[in-house]
Formats: sequence, structure tokens, C-alpha cells
Amino acid sequence: MPIVPSGPTDGTFPLGVSPVRVLRFARCLGRFRMMLPTLPRRALLRFAAALFLGLPAADAAHAAQDAPLVAAAADLRFALDEIAAAFALETGRSIRIVYGSSGNFRRQIAEGAPFEVFLSADESLVFALAREGLTVDEGVLYATGRLALVVPEGSPLKLDPELADLAAAVGDGRVRKFAIANPEHAPYGRAAQEALESAGAWAAIRSRLVVGENVAQATQFATSGSAQGGIVALSLALAPGVLGSARHVPVSESMHKPLRQRMVLLKRAQATAREFYAYLRQPAARAVLGRHGFALPGG
Amino acid sequence: MDSTALLLSLKLAALTVAILVPAGILVARFLAAREFAGKAFVEALFALPLVLPPTVLGYYLLVAMGGSSPLGRWYEAAFGHALVFTFDGLLVASIIFNLPFAIQPLQRAFEAIPDDLRHAAACCGLTGAQSLWRIELPLAWPGLLTAVALTFAHTLGEFGVVLMVGGSIPGETKTIALAIYDRVQGFDMAGAGLMSAVLLLLSVLAIGVTFLTSSRHREKRRHAD
Repeated sequence: MPIVPSGPTDGTFPLGVSPVRVLRFARCLGRFRMMLPTLPRRALLRFAAALFLGLPAADAAHAAQDAPLVAAAADLRFALDEIAAAFALETGRSIRIVYGSSGNFRRQIAEGAPFEVFLSADESLVFALAREGLTVDEGVLYATGRLALVVPEGSPLKLDPELADLAAAVGDGRVRKFAIANPEHAPYGRAAQEALESAGAWAAIRSRLVVGENVAQATQFATSGSAQGGIVALSLALAPGVLGSARHVPVSESMHKPLRQRMVLLKRAQATAREFYAYLRQPAARAVLGRHGFALPGG
Repeated sequence: MDSTALLLSLKLAALTVAILVPAGILVARFLAAREFAGKAFVEALFALPLVLPPTVLGYYLLVAMGGSSPLGRWYEAAFGHALVFTFDGLLVASIIFNLPFAIQPLQRAFEAIPDDLRHAAACCGLTGAQSLWRIELPLAWPGLLTAVALTFAHTLGEFGVVLMVGGSIPGETKTIALAIYDRVQGFDMAGAGLMSAVLLLLSVLAIGVTFLTSSRHREKRRHAD
């Protein structure tokens, strides 16, 4: 290999590269030149340009980012979508709704999640946030939720509001999988556990449970045909996507503590969020909740 | 089809690539060229996200960036909003969980460059940066392309970390992977299917690009030799 002395450094050339050096460099690389593949510069540039031209488009999609964020219990998924659409039609303003388990939202709000309204399926979570000073007030009761036993078409389970058949069905092998929401943080999961305990089926069915992260996921499990049934929210059992593939019966209200659903404005709530919060108490919104299987407070 | 979620994912992937790959080039080249005490430890640290369960990473990021951590409090004081449940937080998480996907292919590519060549460049008076830009990167470009493609595709697909750190907020942290999960919970299997098909296509493209370039590159080198 030819050794080329690297000469004294001179600072007169930009980046310290003198033409002499470039020539020397070219000579000394002669034997390696064959190994240099050509860098497909143009292709790379085009790729990079495409990536970054895509960004403004993504930002345009963010135009709706000012729309306030609403955290809503998963049982509200279809009712609240309908109410939000009506609200947008009436006021010209949109909101962004995130559905999930109320217990998760309670934790996320305490950790600083940017929600402006919280519609909980369990009022104790709202009271807890109020005690921590994260809410405007103690909120209002907007609905009482109902449980439903849902079974997919062709399931061997009997529909019965008192769940009398369940324990027996586990015993004789008719139920291999049964879906509920996670009782640890989803209010509907806890209520489902209470109902199963009241029916005396909890101990038997425990090992057969598939647990959804929230009640919507539990409903999806219960009606997918992979489980023989589940105890979920009546509002979701009434959803169009569920009615077609599953049968249901409301679970007797005496079998669990009432699902008192409370909503609250969070400290960061702005005008649109406040307007939506007020809209939720109007007759139109209440009618939608009623149609989706919720019992309404105050007549 | 949730186009907001798709665009958000593409933006996250593009920014992750734009930040991580240049940094990865420097790290990978350093690791490829130098020997030092504790190098194996450093390499293992960068490779850790490969085997770490995403929820574990998510948990630690949540603890490290949350409103009650020093980092979270500093960030909130400096930028006026929390780091968790925001796009910024997601980007930080994305960069961390993509470290091995950017660094590994680059490091292998730099290691494949013969030492002679680096020495020749140095003895011709090229500075480190010049040697990197003119000699090593052109030789390592298949590794570079692989790093870009893998990082991009992996960001689109990441789920666990994103769910824990981001919280699935539309237009902010709800990526395409979370939108699919959400559609399934909304009993919209058709919507979920469409978005899954888009992700499948993008992933196949990314893998295709890396395999094509590396095989073509090998062929070229065979001819050259």
C-alpha cells in the first residue's frame, strides 16, 4: 500500500482541504476505488423529501387538535359518539373522545393527561379526583348503567336475568370461556363480579374468565364466538355491531351495587368543553343515553 | 380508515428516523472503530430494547417522565405541558425503543469496512468527519438503508410502549397500531382489517427494501472483486 505523507496542515482552505490533498487522496485510494459502490444519492434524497413533505399534511390533520379531549367510560362508546355528532351539528364545534376503563382514566388524569371532561362509569373515581383538587367541582350524575348477560348466536347458555344457569353451565362444561371487564379497574368488571357472586357462580367461573381491559373489549370477547358469553354493559349489548351476532338479557339490578355514572369538568376545561358538558344534560343528549339502555337520574 | 392516526404514525416514524439515524451513525461508527473497557456493556445496553418487554420499557418511561418525576416536572416547567400523554413523550419513547434497530445494522456495516481503508483515508489527510462522509458512509449505505427501513417500520408497529406512555389521544398519541386496537373494541372489524392491511403492506415494503438493497449490494461487490 502506497504511503503518502500527509504534509503540514494549512488552515487557508475551507474545511482544511487543499486541492493538493484531494489529488493525493484520490491517488492513494486508487486501488480501493473498485470497491466503492455509487451512493444512490438521488433516490435517498427523494425518499427523505417524501418523508418530510408528508409532515405538513400530518399537521393539517392536527387542525382539530384544539378540540377538547373527553375521557369516557367504554360503555358510552356508541351513545357518546351519537351525542358528539349531534353536538357538532348544532354548535359547529367538535370534541375528541377517548374511550377506556374509568379506573385507567382516573390514574392518567392524576398523572397529568390533557383531558377536559371525564365521564366515569363509577362516581367514586370522580370523587377521588375532586379530593385531589383536579376537578372543577364534584360533577353531576348523568346515568345509571345496567349490566347485561350476552351470549353469541348458537351459545349453549340460557339467557336469564338472575344468572341461575351459569354455575351449572360451568359444571357441565357448557361454558369454557366467559368474558367480563377487569374488576380491578373497570367499574363494569367489578359490577359483573358482584353479580356473579350474588348468583353464587363466582367461585366456579373464576378459572374460565377472559378479562377485557375495559368493558368494550370484554363485549368484543363475549360476542366474538370464542367465548360462550359474558357480562357486560347493556349499552354495548344494544350496539348495532353486537345486536346482529349476539342475544342478551339485562341482569337484575338487585344483583350488584348500582353503577352510578358521574361526569366532571377538569381544571383545564375551556369553553368548548364546558359547552359540551352542559349539552350532555340537555333533553336531546339524555334521550340518546336513554335509548342506549341507561337509566337517567332525576326523572 | 383512521387517516389522522396513519399520518400521526408516519410523522412519528419520520421524526424518529430523522433524529435517531444521524445519532446512530455516530454511535455505531464509534462502536465499530474503537475498543474500550466496558464496550460489551455499552453494546448490550443499546441492544436491550430488542428483548425488553415493551410494557416494562413503558412502565419505566412512565415513571421517569410522569408528572411526579424530576424530568417530568422540569419538562412541564420548561414547555408548559406534561411529557407523558403528548407527542413529544411518544417521540422520546420511540427513539429509545428503536435504538437497536438503528444502531445494529449501522454498526455491522461500519465493521465490514476494512481498517486499511480508514487508515488510507487518514494518511491522505482526511479528518474523521470527511472520512465518514466520503468513504465510510458510501460503503455503509446498505446498512444505513436497513437502519432507516427497520426504524421506520418498527415505529409504525410499536404498541405496548405507545399505549402506556401515550394514552391513545386522537391526533396526539393515537397511532395507527392503537387505532386498530380501538376499532376492534368498537366492533368495527372491517375498519381494523383495512388498517391492518395498510400496516402489513408498509412492513412488507420496508423488509423488501432492506433485502433487495443488501442482495444487490452483495452482487455488485462480487462483480467488483
